[in-house]
Amino acid sequence: MDFDPSYTAQQFKSVGTRPLRPDGVDKVTGRARYGADFNMPGQLVGRVLRSPHAHAIIRKIDTSKAEALKGVKAVVTAADLPDLTDGDADLYAILSNCMARDKAFYDGHAVAAVAAIDARTARRALKLIEIDYEVLPHVTDVDEAMKDSAPLLHESVFTDGVDPAPAKPSNVARRSQYGHGDVDAGFADADMVVERTYRTEQTHQGYIEPHACVASVNNDGTGELWVCTQGHFVYRQWCADLLGMDVSKLRVTSSEIGGGFGGKTHVWAEPVALALSRKAGRPVKLVMSRDEVFRASGPTSATSIDVKIGAKKDGTITAASATLRYTCGPWVGMWAELGAMTAFAPYDLKNVRTVGYEVLVNRPKVSAYRAPSAPMAAFAVESAVDELARKIGMDPVDFRIANVAKEGTRASYGPVYGPIGIGPTLEAVKEHPHMKAPLGKNQGRGMACGFWFNFGGQTCTDLNIGADGTVTIAVGTVDVGGSRASLSMVAAEELGIPYEQVKAIVADTSSLGYNDMTDGSRGTFSSSMATISAARNAIRIMRARAAQMWGIPVEDVVWEEGHAKAAGAKHGNLPPLSVREIAAAAGNTGGPIAGHSELVADGAGVSFATHICDIEVDPETGQTRVLRYTVVQDAGKAVHPTYVEGQYQGGAAQGIGWALNEEYIYGKDGRLQNPGFLDYRIPVCSDLPMIDTQILEIPNPNHPYGIRGVGETSIVPPLAAIANAVSNAVGVRMTHIPMSPPRILAALEAE
Amino acid sequence: MEYVLPASLNDAIGLLAGAKGNAFVLAGGSDLLVRMKGDFIEPDLIVDIKGIGELAQIVQTADGFTVGSAVPCAVMGENTALRKAWPGVVEAANLIGSKQVQGRCTIAGNLCNASPAADSVPALVAAGARAVIAGPSGKRTIAVEDVPTGPGKTSLAKGEIVEAIVLDKRPSNSGDAYLRFIPRTEMDIAVVSAGVNLTLGADGAVASARVALGAVAATVLLVSEAADAIVGTRLDDTAMEKLAQACSAAASPIDDKRGTVHFRKKVAGVLATRAARIAYERAGGK
Amino acid sequence: MSGIAVSTTINGDDVEFLCQAEETLLEVLRDRLGLTGAKEGCGTGDCGACSVLVDDRLVCSCLVLGAEAEGRNIETIEGMADGDKLHPLQRKFIEHAALQCGICTPGFLIAAKDLLAKNADPTEEEVRFGLAGNLCRCTGYDKIVRAVLDAASEMRGA
Repeated sequence: MDFDPSYTAQQFKSVGTRPLRPDGVDKVTGRARYGADFNMPGQLVGRVLRSPHAHAIIRKIDTSKAEALKGVKAVVTAADLPDLTDGDADLYAILSNCMARDKAFYDGHAVAAVAAIDARTARRALKLIEIDYEVLPHVTDVDEAMKDSAPLLHESVFTDGVDPAPAKPSNVARRSQYGHGDVDAGFADADMVVERTYRTEQTHQGYIEPHACVASVNNDGTGELWVCTQGHFVYRQWCADLLGMDVSKLRVTSSEIGGGFGGKTHVWAEPVALALSRKAGRPVKLVMSRDEVFRASGPTSATSIDVKIGAKKDGTITAASATLRYTCGPWVGMWAELGAMTAFAPYDLKNVRTVGYEVLVNRPKVSAYRAPSAPMAAFAVESAVDELARKIGMDPVDFRIANVAKEGTRASYGPVYGPIGIGPTLEAVKEHPHMKAPLGKNQGRGMACGFWFNFGGQTCTDLNIGADGTVTIAVGTVDVGGSRASLSMVAAEELGIPYEQVKAIVADTSSLGYNDMTDGSRGTFSSSMATISAARNAIRIMRARAAQMWGIPVEDVVWEEGHAKAAGAKHGNLPPLSVREIAAAAGNTGGPIAGHSELVADGAGVSFATHICDIEVDPETGQTRVLRYTVVQDAGKAVHPTYVEGQYQGGAAQGIGWALNEEYIYGKDGRLQNPGFLDYRIPVCSDLPMIDTQILEIPNPNHPYGIRGVGETSIVPPLAAIANAVSNAVGVRMTHIPMSPPRILAALEAE
Repeated sequence: MEYVLPASLNDAIGLLAGAKGNAFVLAGGSDLLVRMKGDFIEPDLIVDIKGIGELAQIVQTADGFTVGSAVPCAVMGENTALRKAWPGVVEAANLIGSKQVQGRCTIAGNLCNASPAADSVPALVAAGARAVIAGPSGKRTIAVEDVPTGPGKTSLAKGEIVEAIVLDKRPSNSGDAYLRFIPRTEMDIAVVSAGVNLTLGADGAVASARVALGAVAATVLLVSEAADAIVGTRLDDTAMEKLAQACSAAASPIDDKRGTVHFRKKVAGVLATRAARIAYERAGGK
Repeated sequence: MSGIAVSTTINGDDVEFLCQAEETLLEVLRDRLGLTGAKEGCGTGDCGACSVLVDDRLVCSCLVLGAEAEGRNIETIEGMADGDKLHPLQRKFIEHAALQCGICTPGFLIAAKDLLAKNADPTEEEVRFGLAGNLCRCTGYDKIVRAVLDAASEMRGA
C-alpha cells in the first residue's frame, strides 16, 4: 500500500465545521432501528435462565418439563454449545461465560435458555427447568480473594508472571510489572512522601439499551445475526468459532447502538440465540432485561490500590510506585495491567514501578468500560499527587507542571512520547477562569489529569462514487458517537466536495472486509485514515478517467477543489471536470468508480486531559452537589467539534456518577442487591451542571489530519478531580470511591 | 391472569372478595407492574379502580379534603387549594419517582404498598390523615399509620380497598413540610425522611406538632418525643437539638444498599429539624 | 383466545388490538403495533425511554397495561412531527447535537414536549428537574438542556 499516513498541516474546509448528523432525523422520529427494534418472520422469543448462586457446582439440569410445555421450541444448555475452543483459553472463557458449564461462577451466570412462541410461554418454561446446584463458598471482595484462605474459583489457575512459578493454585491469576529506574533510591532522596491505600467499587457502563439480538441459523450452515454491538466483525468471529460455523456464512448486521462504552465489545446472548435458533429451526429474538444487564454483563473492576510518591521540597518527584489489585470476574483479564500501565502516564519520572494483580472473584466477567482500568489508577495517583503538592506547599497545578511528561519523555509504561498534550492541558487549566472563580462555604475545588493510549487497528472502508457524483462510504467501525458524520466530513474534505454529498453507512460483515471493534477511541481515528486512503484511491481513478476523457496523459491531471484539472499551459483551454461529470461518463470510461482501503491504523496518538470541578458538601448529611465542571482535552484535530464536546461531556458525566454514587452492592449471599436504575444510581439531569469544554489541538504526527481518538480519556480524571474537590471542601481525604453520602459523613465524623 | 375494570366500588369489592388466587388492586400501577415485571408476584386477577368515578376525584369539603384512591399524585400537585392547605403532603406526593411516575402513582397506592421508605406516608402521618376503607362488611376510617403493618403488609382484609385519604381542614397558623434524603437530586427511594406538621398558638410558639420519620423502621414512625421537643417553643436551638436527638433516638433502621444505621439515625434528626423550620415558616412563625 | 380487545386512539388514528392481560402498553406498542420508537431501557419506570402521553398525561408506557389504553388518546414519538415537518424540539435536538446514541431521545422529546406544554418559559433548573425521569448516558445532559431551552424560546416566539 502506498498510503502515507503522516501528518501534513493544511487549511480545512469541511473538517472542523459543525454540520448536522446524518442519523439525526431517524433518531428524533423514532425510526432508527436498535437491537430490539428488528424482527424476522416466524421469530421466537428467547429467554435465559440465570444462576441465583454466586458460586455453585451444577450437578444436573433437567429440561424435560420445559421441553414438554406447549409452545416451547428449543431449550439449550452448555451441552448444546460443545467445546470447540481447541485449547484457546480466552475463547473458552467466553464460552463458559455465555453458558455455565460445570460451575456457575456468579449471581446471574447463564445456565440454560429457551425459545418459545411468546414471552409468556418462555417465562413459564424457565420456571420448569430443574437444576441441582451444590452451592460453594464464594468471594466477591478483591482483597479477600487474594488471601490463601479464600474460596478458589479454579483449581487450575496458578499465578502467572511470578518466578518461580507457584505450586499452589490461587485466585490471583496474573502479575504484571512496569517501570524504570530505582524506586528505593528515589524514595530515599525524597523530602516528603505520601503513601495511601485507595478503593474503588465496581461500576457498570450503564448504556440505556439492553443487549438485544435476532439470530437465524439455517440447516445448511448459514446464518444471520442482527445485533447491537460495537464490533460486528469480532462478534461474527467469536460466534462462528463457538458454534462451529464458517465465518463467511454468518452475516452479522450491526443495528443502531443504544450506548456501549466498551460494554458491547463482548458476546453474551448472541451465541446462545444462535444455538437456540439452530435447535429450533426458526429465528430467535433475545433481549436482556435491565436486571440481566446488571447481573450478567458489563461491569468494570472493583479495585484496591496502594500508591506511594516521594518528592523534593522544590517539587521534583523522586520516585513513585503503585500496587494495583483489580477484580476480573471469574476469568483472567488484563485489567490490573492496564491500570499499572496508565497510572503514572502523565508524568516524567526518573524512578517508577507499578505492579498489577489480576484477581478472580465471583462477580460477572469484567468487560471494557471507557478507558478501561485507567480511572481507578488515576483516582489513586492523582489523589496522592494532590496531597503531596499540599504537603510541600505547592499549588497542585504547578506541582504537576513541574513533573509533567513531554515529547521525548520515557513513559512509565515503556515507550518514549512523541508530541503530547498533557503540558498544554495543564497550562490551559492554570489560565482558565474557572480556577480563579470564588468559592463559598462548604465548597471545594479539585483538579486532576488523565491519560488513555488510544487504539488503531485493522480497518477497511469502501468509497463509491454514484452516477450523479454523490458519494457513499461503507465503513466497518460501528458508529457509537457520530462517526458517520465525521467520516463523511473527512471524505468530503479529501474529495473537495460538500459534506451533504456524502452518505456514510455501517456495512454488514458480508459487504466489507474485516474491521476491529469500535473501541479504544479508534473509530474516527482509524476509519478516517482508511477513508482518506480510499478517497485518494478514488481520486486516482477519477484523474485517470478525466485524462481519458480529455485524451491527455494522467500525469497532467491534478485534483483540486473537487475537480480534475489539466495542469500546464498546453491544456489551458480544458475546463475542469467535476466529480459529477466524471461519474456521468463512467459507463464509457471503464465502469463504476470506487476507492477501497484496507489498512492497519498504526500510531494512534496518546490522549491527555485535565479536569476542574467545584463541589459543595452538606456537612450534616454528606450530600454532594457538583457546582461547576470544566474539561480540557487534546483532540489532535477535532473533526466535528460539537461531537468532540459531546464525548468530553459524556465521559465527565459518567466519571461524576462513578465518583459519587454508582456501585455494585453485593449481599453476604453473593447476590447483587441493586440490579436496576433505581439503586444503581447514574446521574440524572438535575444532578449535573453544564459541563464546559476546551478542545486543544496538538496534531498526532501519525495521522494525515493529526486526529487523535477523543472518546475515552474524559472518564479518567473525574474520580480524582472530585475526590480532590471534596477533600478541599471538607478537609478530609476521601480514599474510597464512590464518595456516597454515608461514606462522606463517616469520614467527616472520623476526623 | 384476568384484568377487570369495574364501574362501581361495590363491583370492585365483590371481585376482590370473591377472587380465587392472587388478586390485586390497580390504581397507578407504579409498584404493581414493577413487581410483576420482576416476577415477584403473579396475579390471577387485577382490579383496575380507575373506572370508578368517585375514586378519581379530589373533593374539598367543609371539613377538609377527600383524595380518591385513584387520583394520580400529579393531579394533587395541580390542585391549588390542596397545595395551599397541605404543601408538605403534596410535596411528598410529588417526590415519588419521576414526572412520568407521578402521572400514575397514587398516595393510597403508596400507602398500601407498605414500603417503610414510601415518600408520601410520613407526610400523611404527620398530617394526621385518615384512610377510608371500603370492604364487604362496609366502610371504616382509620389513621393512615394503621394501614401498613410491616414491609409489604397491610391491615386490609380480603376484599377491602382504600377508597380515599382524608385530610382535615387546616387550623390557621399551621404548616407542614416533608423532606427526604436521597443521594441524587431525583429518582431515588428515600434513605431517610421526615414529615413535620405543626400549628402555632396565639403567642407564635408551636402549640401542637406531629413528627413522622420514614425509612428508619419497619413502618413509618410517629415520634411523639420529637413533637414534645418543639411544642411550646419557637424552634430555638435547644428545641432543635432536642428534636434531632429525639428523632435519632427513635430511629431503629437497618443497614442496606441505601444507607447505614448510623447514617440514617443521624440524618433523621437533621431532616426533622430542617422540615420543622420549613413548616414553622409556612405556619407564619418568625 | 384469552386476549382482551382494546379500542384506542394513537397519534390521532383509531387503533384496535388484542392483548394479554399482563402485557404492558409498551409491549403492545412495540410488539403488536410496530411502534418501536418507545424503548424499553428498564421496564420499571426508572429510565423514561418508553415515555408516552396518555390523555395528555406523561407516563412510562412500561408501567401501563395495554388493556388500560381502552378509550384513551395516546401520543408517541411517531406522532410528534407534523408530516414531514419536524417539531421544533426534534429540530433543536439535531441542531444542538442533543443526542449521541439516540436511544433515550424519543423519551426525552415526549417528556420535553410535556414540560413545555406546562411551562413555556422554563429556567435551566426547571428543565433539569422536569427531565430528571429520563436517563441519558451519552451526553451528560448539557446539550439536551440547551436544545430544550432553545426550542422553548423559538416556540414562544412563534
